[in-house]
Amino acid sequence: MLSVTNLSKRFGDLSIFENFNLELPARGFTVLIGPSGCGKSTLFNVLTGVSAWDGGSVSWNGETVEYLKDISAYMQQKDLLLPWFSLMDNALLPAKIACQDKKAAGRKAQSLFGQLGLAGFEAYLPGEISGGMKQRCALVRTLMFERELVLLDEPLSALDAITRRSLQSLLLMLQVEFKKSILMITHDIEEALRLADDVLVLSGCPMRVLDRIPLDGPKLRRLDEPQLIRIKEYVLDLLQEELER
Amino acid sequence: MRRSALISGALIILILVIWEAACRGFDLPDFILPMPSRIISVAVFQAPMLLPHAATTAMEVLVGILLSLTVAVPLAMIMFARPAVENAIAPFLVASQAVPVFAIAPLLVIWLGYGIASKVLMAAVIIFFPITVSLLEGFKSCDSEFRILFQLMGAGFWKTMRLLYWPWALPHFFAGLKVGVSVATIGAVIGEWVGAQQGLGYLMIQANARLKVDLVFAAILWLSVMGVSLWILVGYLEKKVITWK
Repeated sequence: MLSVTNLSKRFGDLSIFENFNLELPARGFTVLIGPSGCGKSTLFNVLTGVSAWDGGSVSWNGETVEYLKDISAYMQQKDLLLPWFSLMDNALLPAKIACQDKKAAGRKAQSLFGQLGLAGFEAYLPGEISGGMKQRCALVRTLMFERELVLLDEPLSALDAITRRSLQSLLLMLQVEFKKSILMITHDIEEALRLADDVLVLSGCPMRVLDRIPLDGPKLRRLDEPQLIRIKEYVLDLLQEELER
Repeated sequence: MRRSALISGALIILILVIWEAACRGFDLPDFILPMPSRIISVAVFQAPMLLPHAATTAMEVLVGILLSLTVAVPLAMIMFARPAVENAIAPFLVASQAVPVFAIAPLLVIWLGYGIASKVLMAAVIIFFPITVSLLEGFKSCDSEFRILFQLMGAGFWKTMRLLYWPWALPHFFAGLKVGVSVATIGAVIGEWVGAQQGLGYLMIQANARLKVDLVFAAILWLSVMGVSLWILVGYLEKKVITWK
């Protein structure tokens, strides 16, 4: 379980977030939704140790940690596949950097390629495949980290609606089949409502949690359910108010 | 590509025709401005005499390129790894280019003699700067999101250099190398002008003193062919190495 307690981050005089709190249950799927530029990506950068935080604490399974770099896998908005490597070599990058056993890593990557619908495309270069396939390959690479916590920063935002929908089920696969705890940033309320166990609605700078909305029931929810329509309207109203503030 | 080659070819032929017509029309003597047909005839029929000189100049240029690569590549990497080194060395690099090569050529001949060493160094001095600067700029141009990805994967600087920075900088490197090889002959020829026993520059000085202007032009033609061949060779290597573009 991830616990973020009273986390603060400032850039000069600008407070990005102050006394920010967050809890992610083990194998939970929590989605962060908030206005652009409110500090969501900064939160991930701080959690992963890319930049330092100014105050507060982070704990993983009850143990205080300096950052989550060695605990989490982080998938950013862009696929960030290296254009000079084949899809397989891109997927094997974490294993190569960590000097892991090549054969074992290769077998694991091959199996993930099959599970994520990339079998047969191992030797392709990123420039030769579609955006959706690139994101899937980035997902394989993220899974190759073998870390329990996965941080996803708008992983599907650059994709068309149909591809996005098919990849949403893959994100759920991360949680259910691969037993990952997922913290995801998105701007898409519908995506949040389809996938999340919890939706955290965030304010503008300095970022704070406006509301935490727990969601029940089976995932890949149909959005025409009256309760979800109400929640969507509520979230939109909250964000609208925040924008007008 | 084919169209631009056709345009280039047509332009060259047009210039040669105008040149030939002007020489014939104004009845210009060969020691003032020889006709292109005369120059080509000297370049072809006196090839056995020109060849050893061209071989010497080519050797100076090639060894100069290798020497400059041997220094420029590690230097660019160190300057990138340690910005303090870059700050310390940058003024000297710029100064080395601000001093005309003509000014240092006599000194190099005095220090290194009439053999190929002084010419090699002259060529290397000229090539070194564009390669170093373009490679360094290539490293610096690497997208910060990729840097963060490597940081999160726990890659150290040299691993990141091998897997990310180098491939990223390759297009810049080849651009610098193309500039370098195009001007490399200048260094070698200037060195030969100042003092040599063989080489196209030496031949030009000898021919000029005897008013054999057609031979001077023939040597220039051979130099041009050498420069263009090197440029094409680097372009070919670039295509072979950078397969993902």
